[in-house]
Amino acid sequence: MAARVTIQPNDFDVSAELAALRRGDGRVGAVCCFVGTVRDVYPDGARVQQLELEHYPGMTERAIEAMIEQAETRFDMLGARVVHRVGVLQPCDQIVLVAVTSAHRGQSFLACEFLMDYLKTQAPFWKKETTPKGAHWVDARASDDDALVRWGIQAGNASPLPGA
Amino acid sequence: MADEKHVTLRYFASVREALGCDTERWQTRAATVAALHAELLNRGAPWADALSAKGLRMAHNHAMVAGEVALSAGDEVAFFPPVTGG
Repeated sequence: MAARVTIQPNDFDVSAELAALRRGDGRVGAVCCFVGTVRDVYPDGARVQQLELEHYPGMTERAIEAMIEQAETRFDMLGARVVHRVGVLQPCDQIVLVAVTSAHRGQSFLACEFLMDYLKTQAPFWKKETTPKGAHWVDARASDDDALVRWGIQAGNASPLPGA
Repeated sequence: MADEKHVTLRYFASVREALGCDTERWQTRAATVAALHAELLNRGAPWADALSAKGLRMAHNHAMVAGEVALSAGDEVAFFPPVTGG
């Protein structure tokens, strides 16, 4: 079986990834994917010149694999593929691909969103942005924690859980 | 008193930069990840600040943990800020 999770510095080809994900599987009637890309606008208006992504080799792959297993218990999905880039990226570059296949569209839409919500708050990646004012680590967003709560999961990322 | 054991400590992102270190071997008698964390906070600067950063997260053998997890010889414990991938 092809790897479901890949962390790599290189760019990825969305069409090739989607074709590989559903190749030869006649049960598939829906392919849903999300692609995250590098924005060049920082909240204070400064232009982002560069984005650097760090990860925890070994744990990151394992965490995302566990998320896919979690998604499989919740949704009627047929396959999943996650590719996430690390290293130095430029504005407009692709960062992440999450793709899910299912028989009908509803389950792959849901599973794709679930996986992204989970990844944002539970996969060990860290972004460092460079603007004309210097380089800084990106702050986690409470709205990303809230997105995971919709699925009945406490994120505890931007806001630590009570008692933690 | 528990036996001394060696564990591997990993630091990432802003925590790594604050400590100027990404990996170290550490000898400890701590019984849990939380106890290990408390022990490291007592090392003084720069650990006291870096490991008390708001929202600090911990992983034990590649799984996110809150702290009350038993620690064994050879374990890997990581400290890092809230995650920001995707």
